[in-house]
Parts: sequence; C-alpha cells; structure tokens
Amino acid sequence: MVLPTPLKHVETADHLSKIISENENVMVCCGRMGPMCVPVYGVMEELQDEYTHVAFYDMMFDSPEARAIRNLPECASFMGLPFTVYFKNGKVAAATSSIQSRSQITSILDKEFGKA
Amino acid sequence: MKTHYNTIIIGAGPAGLTAGIYLARAKSSTLILDSGVAGGQMILTHEIANYPGIESISGYQLSSNMRNQAKKFGCDIMSGIEIVSIDFESTLKSLTLSNGKSFSADTIILSTGGRSRTLGVPGESNFKGRGISYCATCDGDFFQDKEIAVVGGGNTALEEAVSLTKYASKITLIHQFDHFQAFKHAEEEVKSNDKIDIQLNSKIVAFNGNEKLESVIVENLLTHEQYELRLDGVFIFIGYEANTDFLRGKCIALNERNEIITNEKLETNIPGVFAAGDALQKRFRQITTAVSDGTIAALYALEYINQQKQKTVTA
Repeated sequence: MVLPTPLKHVETADHLSKIISENENVMVCCGRMGPMCVPVYGVMEELQDEYTHVAFYDMMFDSPEARAIRNLPECASFMGLPFTVYFKNGKVAAATSSIQSRSQITSILDKEFGKA
Repeated sequence: MKTHYNTIIIGAGPAGLTAGIYLARAKSSTLILDSGVAGGQMILTHEIANYPGIESISGYQLSSNMRNQAKKFGCDIMSGIEIVSIDFESTLKSLTLSNGKSFSADTIILSTGGRSRTLGVPGESNFKGRGISYCATCDGDFFQDKEIAVVGGGNTALEEAVSLTKYASKITLIHQFDHFQAFKHAEEEVKSNDKIDIQLNSKIVAFNGNEKLESVIVENLLTHEQYELRLDGVFIFIGYEANTDFLRGKCIALNERNEIITNEKLETNIPGVFAAGDALQKRFRQITTAVSDGTIAALYALEYINQQKQKTVTA
C-alpha cells in the first residue's frame, strides 16, 4: 500500500530502517491524500531537485507498517496529519504534525541537514 | 532566467495556470509566481467530479496536469516565493522577491486565491496538529471518545460538527453571532444532535496546554464573562479570506473584505493590471470559475499588450 504521489514511498517498517541506515538525511511525510497532507507532498516534490543531499519519502498513514512512524516518541503528542519526521544519521532530528508551509519545511531542512 | 516578461502572473492556482496556458500558447512571455506550490486550493481537493470532460480526478493530479501544460507552452514558474515590493502604477510594472531578484512586465495578472481563515488567537499556531485542526476528514479519528469544540457558524462548520460526532464524545459548537449562517437543514441537524452543545455569542480568546491542547478560554460576547473549557481538540471552520495581504494599503483597489475589485474585463483600477480567481470580489468560487477568469484575464492582457505596442508604433 503506497500513496499515489510521484515521491519515493516507504513501504514497510523494515524498509524505513534500511532507508535511514543508508542515508544521512531523510525526510518522511506520513499521511493520507487529504488537504493537510497533499501540500506537504507537493513541497517535497519541488524540493527534491534542490536538496539533493536529502532523501525524500512519503508513507501511507493507514498502513499497519506506518507504526514505525506513528509510535515514535517524538510523535506521541501529534493529533494532526501528516506526521513528518526528519532523520539525521538514523536518529530523529525533528518532527512536525499537520500541514507545513514551504518556508517551515525549508527552515527545518536548512537547520538539521544544511542548506541546499 | 529572464528578468522582463510580457506578463507576470501572481498565483499558480487554476486561474493563474489557465492564464499562463493562454498567454504562453499565444507566444507571449509569461512568468508565474506562487508563494506556495502550484495548484492553489485545488490541490487540497480529494476528488473533483464536476470539472467538465473529466469524470473524476484528484486535485493533486489536475494541478499537476495544469502546471505541466503551462510549462510545456513555455511559462516560467517559480514557487515558494515571497514578494517584498511592487510597483504596478508605472507603465512598466515591476516587483522584487525576498531573495533579491527583481522582474518587470508589461502586464500583471493577480490570481492569488484564498486561504482558510484562522482565529488569530494566542496559542493557535503552537497547538496546530496537537489539538487544533482545520480538517475534520483528516484528523477526526484522533479524537475518538474525546471532548472537542468546533468554531464557526456556516454550512461547513455545522456539517463538520455533525460528522465529528462519529468520533468525539461531546462537541461544543462555538459561534460569535446569535444565529448561524447556514442552511436550515444543517442547523436542524446540529440542534437535534445530543452530542452537540451550542454556545452562541461566544468566542475563544486563548488556547492552553503543554505538549497538547488541554483547554480553551471562551468569552461570552454579551456578558464578557470568560470561562475555561477543558477539551482535547478544536476544529476551526470560519471561512476563507483572499490572499491579498501584500496588496493592502497599495494602489490596487480592494473591497471591505480585501477582495480585488475589477470590471467585466477583469481589469483592476490600475491600467495593465488584471485579476482572476478566488481573490476577486465575486460570489461563486469554483475551479471552473477560476479557469474562466484566467482565460478572460489572459485574453484582455494580450489585447492590452497589443494596444500598448500599437501606441508605441504610432508615437
């Protein structure tokens, strides 16, 4: 089960572990195809070419495998989709809940992973 | 990238992208700027089933199709930009972006669209996604058996309040006026639902909590008494506003709701500046009406450019 976006998809919890172990900087947006999530996918799609040192992925929130994101301690207080998690060297560097603007996303990317 | 274009379109929703398609197809150089991502509010629509000729399509896909079509015809598109200064009154229009880049054009089309209105109350931005939501479909299931509030008195607020009763144990419906601005059937449905407590003449003045939203302060607008309402979530549905902040106090005429005033040619009060889409002063706001506006604005912009050229030749 994957989202119908042009982004690369995290398909399983094991797949997520592999991605974050093989990439220094990873952004994963875990959501649905709803109005709060779709704009974030759109921003990620546009940033992919600019932030080539970051691996951008989405993940279907309703997949049981998404527990790998949903159960992160950093997401414990989240009550709005999407859950967006930024991994640096395999560890959570930042996490946000609900819709984020392009400038909010790039400010986290710049801070945690360095500017494009 | 060029710095001068025949037309600069501000806003890449359906109105702006349609205008871009018409202008670029007519071999008129066109730059489309957007503060977010191309698609505008259309991108937020899960399924579009009333766009003629297409039985069903997601807003995401239709946005992508329109953007690709505009690019294919030769439009330059820049998203995620912020405009810091404008000069639209001169014959040569110009603007400067926050990254320091400046562009000029013979005509401007303002298609900046609209956005969901927020309350602007202390704590609102802190608890977005941690109790405050603007989308019942997206976040309703986080509030299973919890107490929540819905803010608003229009059709959307009332319909979403009823839909949220599938999840929440209790809903307080807070509205600032003494009556709803919704269809009678929506009002009756709310009033007959045991899970919904209606608080009219009231507004939220503060959001409180630590990691998550824990309570709100509600003020009765008649007595000015304030009380704390313990809850887990608040859904806000108080309508839309035009994205015209950067035009306020400038040369473009806006109405009392900050919507752009135009004539039937979609000309603003400034020659060479046109407007299209949801930021206009108008009644109906649909993708199809935005597309229509974009077409009209583009065709009149082309006519304006040609007239200006002829004037130059004659002179």
